[in-house]
Amino acid sequence: MKESAEIQRAIHSSAWPDKHRGRAYLQQVVFLFFRVAAVVNGLALLIVVTFLVAKGYTAINWTFLTQPPMDSMTKGGILPCIIGTLCLSLGSMLVALPIGVASAIYLHEYARPGRGLRLIRLGINNLAGVPSVVFGLFGLAFFVVYMKMGTSLLAGSLTLGALTLPVIIGSAEEALRAVPDTYREASLGLGATKWQTIWRVVIPAALPGILTGAILGVGRAAGETAPIMFTAAVFFTPSLPSSLFDEVMALPYHIYVLATAGTEIEKTRHLQYGTALVLIVLVLGLNLIAIIYRARLRRKMR
Amino acid sequence: MTKGDPKAENRRKQEQGIRMLFFLIATASIITLSLIVLFLFMEGLPIFKKVSVKAFLLGKLWYPTSDPPDFGIFALIMASVAVTAVASLISIPLGVMTAVYLAEVASWRLREVVKPVVELLAALPSVVIGFFGMVVVAPLLQDLLNVATGLNLFNAALMLAFMSVPTICSISEDAIFGVPAELKEASLALGATHWETIWRVVIPASISGISTAVILGMSRAIGETMVVLMVAGGAAMVPASLFDPVRPMPASIAAEMAEAPFRGDHYYALFATGIVLFAFTFLFNLVADYVSNKYRQVGAATL
Repeated sequence: MKESAEIQRAIHSSAWPDKHRGRAYLQQVVFLFFRVAAVVNGLALLIVVTFLVAKGYTAINWTFLTQPPMDSMTKGGILPCIIGTLCLSLGSMLVALPIGVASAIYLHEYARPGRGLRLIRLGINNLAGVPSVVFGLFGLAFFVVYMKMGTSLLAGSLTLGALTLPVIIGSAEEALRAVPDTYREASLGLGATKWQTIWRVVIPAALPGILTGAILGVGRAAGETAPIMFTAAVFFTPSLPSSLFDEVMALPYHIYVLATAGTEIEKTRHLQYGTALVLIVLVLGLNLIAIIYRARLRRKMR
Repeated sequence: MTKGDPKAENRRKQEQGIRMLFFLIATASIITLSLIVLFLFMEGLPIFKKVSVKAFLLGKLWYPTSDPPDFGIFALIMASVAVTAVASLISIPLGVMTAVYLAEVASWRLREVVKPVVELLAALPSVVIGFFGMVVVAPLLQDLLNVATGLNLFNAALMLAFMSVPTICSISEDAIFGVPAELKEASLALGATHWETIWRVVIPASISGISTAVILGMSRAIGETMVVLMVAGGAAMVPASLFDPVRPMPASIAAEMAEAPFRGDHYYALFATGIVLFAFTFLFNLVADYVSNKYRQVGAATL
């Protein structure tokens, strides 16, 4: 990257003969377009976030965060939604993290190139591409009905776990890739077996990276709506979840219900803004933590 | 580890067992994917006892709750195709241009700022983007363009575009970044400008990665649910204009599943719609996989 910047500077500073000045201008114009494209992305994020902060912060107070909804959801707070979303996303990590990390260990440490590996990779890529609403249908047909879990925290966590599995595998593999081979060679050279090497050397070295992936996974699971619509979430439940088989309220579903299904959509607008703000603070916060943590890790590795 | 040493033999067996265990866990993704297919078909196929496949896919009427009901999802398919196509018109140039900016134009310092921005854009929950489209973009469109409703094809496509830009951008950027420096240096040494090098050398060399990115971006757009559920307008008809309200497949499934009687025809029809949707994304993903393997740039030799 650095060389490319130097090359660029060299081009800019070199004196262009009149004949070729047009080419230099063309480059400047095209690059301007590229810069604009990048700025548009930033603007999109900025507009969405500032808008929700500006409209939502007035709704947020202690009552909003610590009380259940009241008066058929036109007043009160969103505590059950916050708790429900936390339970669902942590539950999904309990499912996806062990399976995902173990898959990544197989793919990176054990598997040899060949048809089997191609097939597993194809499976992961396609799983990553399954639409979220199809995960919802699958969760409904398999977990809720076939496994008789009913609409429950458990069914929702498992569905979200299946959805976040490719995310976890991807980031765990990246973390394993970042562990230098010299670590493995040193351990094997001392007479350790492959498994001892993985367990005592590779996993501890890759742990921070794996943790980053888990944080991203929690963020992803917390924001998903369609997979929990038929598997775990309900409009309203007066009690907080006390068992795995309870139905729960969830932040994303709460936003959707208040914004579309209620009879008093306008009256609950401030609650919708408030809930949306809490959700993006949670999700973007988790992602920011992961991004900053990862940047620090990379610097340390270098 | 000499042969016959029982301790070493034991350890070898244990190692093999562990290896096997990890292999079995690694097949979890394929097993999940197979279960998804299996259960979609199990719950979706019964509808074809009532309507033929052709009538289901090409039927223009979707009135699942009338008596007698009509189960034709042609309008839903067209709606999905239309929002995805319009979203791609926005997201492909924007995503690829941002990728080129990140990989080739931006200074190292700016890159460290813009990349997280793109990642955060990807992390925005779809329900929040849908909500934003409903309460901000829809009234704005209604006033500006004087259309009947701001909840329409264009609004949905615009919101979807911003959801697929990060996908397109990050995969394209990896591909562009992976172009060997010798290729660029050779072009620059021949007197080409940086832009000419990007256009004639860097982009052709990374076109397979960029294509993969575009396909996966479109796959993300066609499968996205909450945005089209909240801002597409919900009318089950084949769109005639950019500002018609539409009802893409995911929106139909998400909106109606709660009311559909368990294992009734409507329920089966929604699962069958799920099969069609899944088939679209599965196809997109297979093509993406094929393109990225078949046309992979290996060094400079195949350029």
